[in-house]
Formats: sequence, structure tokens, C-alpha cells
Amino acid sequence: MFNVFPALAVMDRVKGVELSGAEIVVRCLQEEGVETVFGYPGGAVLYIYDALFKQDKVRHVLVRHEQGAVHAADGYSRSSHKVGVCLVTSGPGVTNAVTGIATAYMDSIPMVILSGQVPTHAIGQDAFQECDAVGITRPCVKHNFLVKDVKDLATTIKKAFYLASTGRPGPVLVDIPKDITTHPCEFQYPESVSMRSYNPVRKGHPGQIKKAAQLILEAKRPMVYSGGGVILSNAAPQLTEFVRLLGFPCTNTLMGLGAYPGTDRQFLGMPGMHGTYETNMAMQNCDVLLAIGARFDDRVIGNPAHFAQNPRKIVHIDIDPSSISKRVKVDVPIVGNIPDVLDDLLALLKADARRPEAAALEAWWKQIELWRARDCLKYDRKSKLIKPQFVLEKLYEVTKGEAFVTSDVGQHQMWAAQFYKFDRPRRWINSGGLGTMGFGLPAAMGVRMANPGATVACVTGESSIQMCLQELSTCKQYRLPIKIVNLNNKYMGMVRQWQQFFHGNRYSESYMDALPDFVKLAEGYGHRGVLIDKPADVEPALREAFARKDELVFMDFITDQTENVYPMVPGGKGITEMILSEEL
Amino acid sequence: MRHIISILVENEAGALSRISNMFSARGYNIESLTVAPTEDASMSRMTVVTVGSEDVIEQITKQLNKLVEVVKVVDLSEAEYIERELMLIKVRAGARERDDMKRMADIFRGRIIDVSDNTYTIELTGDGRKLDAFIQALDQGAIIETVRTGASGIGRGNRVLRV
Ligand SMILES: Cc1ncc(C[n+]2csc(CCOP(=O)(O)OP(=O)(O)O)c2C)c(N)n1
Repeated sequence: MFNVFPALAVMDRVKGVELSGAEIVVRCLQEEGVETVFGYPGGAVLYIYDALFKQDKVRHVLVRHEQGAVHAADGYSRSSHKVGVCLVTSGPGVTNAVTGIATAYMDSIPMVILSGQVPTHAIGQDAFQECDAVGITRPCVKHNFLVKDVKDLATTIKKAFYLASTGRPGPVLVDIPKDITTHPCEFQYPESVSMRSYNPVRKGHPGQIKKAAQLILEAKRPMVYSGGGVILSNAAPQLTEFVRLLGFPCTNTLMGLGAYPGTDRQFLGMPGMHGTYETNMAMQNCDVLLAIGARFDDRVIGNPAHFAQNPRKIVHIDIDPSSISKRVKVDVPIVGNIPDVLDDLLALLKADARRPEAAALEAWWKQIELWRARDCLKYDRKSKLIKPQFVLEKLYEVTKGEAFVTSDVGQHQMWAAQFYKFDRPRRWINSGGLGTMGFGLPAAMGVRMANPGATVACVTGESSIQMCLQELSTCKQYRLPIKIVNLNNKYMGMVRQWQQFFHGNRYSESYMDALPDFVKLAEGYGHRGVLIDKPADVEPALREAFARKDELVFMDFITDQTENVYPMVPGGKGITEMILSEEL
Repeated sequence: MRHIISILVENEAGALSRISNMFSARGYNIESLTVAPTEDASMSRMTVVTVGSEDVIEQITKQLNKLVEVVKVVDLSEAEYIERELMLIKVRAGARERDDMKRMADIFRGRIIDVSDNTYTIELTGDGRKLDAFIQALDQGAIIETVRTGASGIGRGNRVLRV
């Protein structure tokens, strides 16, 4: 063991020189092209922090809570398609990170988490700040490793990046005992790694693609249902081309918004529990459903038995075979990387002179337009109270639809998804799978770090924002001019809505009492805060906030406490069994 | 339906818990699970006996394949296969019961592998039903202790599972 680390620059090209484990970690990150790491130091990672200190290629962003680090790395990844990276210490550092890791796992976000561990000889001794990081994260990572020998360190980190970013992406944790970070070893970063047990597919089966093309050509009432997989695999251009070529109606799930332009006429809105009337009706009544990078989530298709009542042929394209026929039986499964599969499918269709029957498609569109005419997202525009939907419409206008929008979880999330029209992928950043309150603000930090100069809005509620509020301090330190749109209804609105509908108006513990003065609070962190309580002030406040390019502005909109999200499909019901606002 | 699934898995720390965790996290049954290294020291082979509908078994094999350390998975019960389990059973065998117990073991092709003044320990292999049948055939009061390995399985004839 040696204690004096020569400067990294000197060792750079010298072959045969040994680095410490900590230096190897940092060199691996450099070799991977990692620019930003989100983290929080502690005893087990001190050598790694020391190695970070001695270089300037990898930038470390100090958050205020490890959950924030993981959400920030997550937002960074979602908005840029790079692998998000975070660094946390052992014990409480890892346990604090778990919520973030599970969030990333549920939404298949490529991420590498480096965690410190107690020295190898102390593992299993209930040492100070020891926790079984590999065990505790196992159910919520794509894979994880405990490094037991410094010789394995570089290869393990290479594998972690490879696993995180290929196939169905996901978070990978590398647990590094403290002594390993001091052990010397010659550094060599592998060019590539291969694992016999891990071979993600790219191309779809040609026979299956042919079958899919045939079904498409025979379709009379087609529907394209695309999900987060299209965003993750960067298949938005292919999806858009495909939908336009055929003139089919299209829906994007909560995770897939922006994959097909939200302002286009062929886009019918989001499906599912708070999906639009026209989309849910089309999902139920179509004769050919093309599911692309979507997984028939319970919040999307509701009761699977009800969904299965209508006969339809289903084509399902996904990288993960276990997503296929999990909740809904499909007719033509295609396992593959979505851009590759869509390229092949498009080539087939373009080479074929035949097209789906035009008259049938026209009749189908007529029906869809009738459903669309129900105007299921309408709300009271004459209200004297600020309607949350109105704030989001104005947010869309003021930012010209070009902002990155992160959200927390609750009613505000659903309204943002319904009312902000995303024309591009990777602009809508939310925790869809796990539904993690507290995600929005740290995710927005990551988005802004990955997209310097971009307009970033965080749509949140007064309950959610308090779950990672401490990150306002990080925003100050790194000058992140995020615009926080707090839809303050003084309730855990989504909980209150369920209690109103399904629990006899018994608002058990869903009222947010003793709320802070958010204006003063923002000011306390060195930011600007504004309170908006009249509809007429909404737009001017937004304009002024977004004009302040260099400042974080916390906008506290006091909204109608009784507003609900419509349409709504009650849990366990079929997707066409919607509660609409007009029925109340 | 009862299925017997064979898994080749990288011989790495944590691989076993990853697999057993997956079963419990997703609510799948495990009737028995055996694991030991193969002739190739870098791999272990696991046999899992589980019960589930065709859909569930399909998901189980897909979810197993998804685990990074799993090299290969096969549902043995899809075709012809052989299944064996080992049981060690300690029974009361005093002067009066000794001959009867010996005869019983012989009928089931068991071997007595340990003897004391008043006990026999019998080794018995076969499929699960045969072991069950042996236990049933004994006077229940005579059984002192049993230990079973759980089933191991292998395909018949040219049916092989290897990389
Ligand atoms: C960490 C966490 N705890 C609890 C929940 C359950 N939950 C879902 S929505 C919600 C209320 C959110 O309230 P708020 O942030 O004020 O948003 P609103 O619904 O009022 O727009 C709660 C408690 C959750 N999603 N995440």
C-alpha cells in the first residue's frame, strides 16, 4: 500500500505505474466520458473524493441529500440519453439513495451508482455505517456488484456502464469497500466487455416483422400505442415517420410523451387512468393495436379482463421479452431494439404498394373525431379561483412549448401531462413507474446540468416539493435557474381526489396544514419567490419569471382546492369506464 | 402444473439470492431449489421445482433469462427428462423393528448407511413420489428425522443443457 498519490496527469500515459483504487475509479469515469457526477461524501468514499479533488475532467455536483443525487443523475440521463452517475457513501448514504434507484429502475433509466462500503475485512461485522448495499438494492437494480479485489475494479465499472446503457437500460450499482480504494493496481480500462450470459438483441425477427406489416395493411381501425421505450431507444423519428406514413392515430403513454408530436392532429392524447376519452375509446375499439416500447401497465389498460373483451390483433415491439404477454396476450411479439425494428418495418411498408383500406381508415377517423369532440379536458374557464389547468396552459404558451418540464407526483403531474404539449422527446421528465414525490426538483437540476442554458420548469405541488426541498440550496450553489411552478391546493390533491370519489369525502390526513410561506422560504435559500392568487396574474407572473434567465423563481400559485383530474378511470375498471367532468 | 426448470448460472456471489429473490418478489412458487457447481467451475447448475399456469411459467423463464448472471434456462418438463432426489431418513430400529425396517429399505432400494443400537439411517434416491411413498409406508412413529435434497433433473437422451 502507498499513501502518496502522484498527480494523475503524470501517471496518465506512463505504463506500468500503479494507481490507487480511488484513482482508478476516477480514471474509469474519465474514460467513459462522464462529465458530471452527483454525490455526497462520507467516510467510505473519502479516497474517491480525494482523487476527484485532484483532477478537473469530472465535475462533482454536491447535493443536499442522496435521494437528490440519484434523482438529479436520473433527470440528467432522461434529458440527454447519457448514463447518469452518482456517488454515495456506505450505510445511510446508500439507504438514502434507494428511493432514487428504485425510481430509475421502474422507468428503465441508464444509471451507474458508485457506493462506498466498509473495508472488506469489516464486512459482516456490523461495522460503523455498514449496510448490505448489494442486498438492499438487488430488487431495484438491473444488476449490482461488490468489488472484492482492486484488480477487478476497472472491468467492473466498465461492465456497469455497459449493462446500464444496453438492452433494456437500468441502474447498476457498484459497491466499493474502502480498502479497495487504497490498494494499488495497474490501470487499464477495457475497450469493451462481453458477458456470455448477457446478449441484448438488436434486430427483430424478419418473419415476425413481415407478419406485423401484413396486419398493418389489413387494419381497418388501427391504433398506435407507444411508450417510454421509444424515448429510451431514441426511436421518436422512426415512430413519427411510421405514424405519418400510415395516417394512423397515435397515443403516447405518460412515459412516452413527446415521442410523437403532441400538437399533431394524429396524436390523440395520453391513454389510461387519466388519459383522454378519444384515446381510451380508440384503444378499446381498435382492430389492430401496435404497442411499441410500452408495457400494458395497469394504469394504462385498466382491468385486463375488460380490455380483452374487444377482439383485436396486437403487435408488440419491445426489447424486453418479459414485457411481452405479461399482462395482455399479444398476437405478433417482436423482440428487438425499437429503432432497428421500425426501420425494418418501414422498409417493408415502403416497398409495398398496398396501403390499409382508405375508406375504413376514414370512417375510423370520423368516429375518433366524434370522441374527440367530447372535449374531455375542458374545465371552468370563468372561475374566480386559479384553475391548475389554466396555469399549465399558460406555462405552455409562455415557454412556447420548448421547456424541459419535470414534475412531481399527484394531480399536478397529470395536468402537466395533459396540458403541456410535448413535440419532442426527452422534454417531459417524470417518475411514472414508481411515482416518487420529491423527484421533480432534483431531476430539474440534472436536466439543467445536462442542458446548459435550457429553460427548465418544475411542476409540483405543495406536498411533493417538500420532499426534496433541501435541493434549493444546491440550485443556489450551482446557479440553476429552475422555474418552480407550485400548484398549491393545500391538499395532497390526488389523495384528496381518491378520498372524495371512493372514501365518502373523508379527507383523512390529506390536508397540508402549517404550510411554510414559500415566498420567504425561497428567499431564505437566496432565490426569488412570488405568490400568485388571481387568475389575471398567472400569465404576467410566468412571463416575468421566465424572463429572469439567471434566477431560480419559486412561483406559488394558490389554486382551486376542489379541482379534480378528469377523465378518471377508477382502479380495477376498464379504460372506457371513465368518469368525465361533465357527469358531475 | 408442476414444472422443473434447470438453470445454468455464473458461479458468482449473490447469484443464488438474485434468483430466489426474483421468485419471492414476483410471487412465484418454489417447491424446491437445488444448486451446485458443474464440471465447468465457472458455472453452477440449479434445479427449481415450481407450480404455475403456462403463463406464469413463461414469465418465470423470461424473468430468469433477464437476470444478468443467468446463462441458460430450460423448462425440463417440456419434454422427456429424468428427475432424482436424495433422502436421508433416520428411523427407530430397536431389536424388535430391525428386520422389518431392513426389509422395507430393501423393497425401496434404500441403503442403510449408519447403524446405532436403536436407529438406522437409510439413504434413498428416486423421484419425489417414490420418497413420499417410502415415508408413507413406514410406521409414522418410527421416523425420527428426514432430510431431502430437493429434485435435480436432466433431459433424456440427446437433450442437453450446456453453453
Ligand atoms: C414518496 C411518496 N409518498 C406518497 C405518495 C402517495 N401520493 C401520491 S400523490 C400524493 C399527493 C401529492 O400531493 P401534492 O404534491 O400536493 O400534489 P397534488 O396532487 O395536490 O397536485 C401522494 C401523497 C407518493 N406518490 N410518493
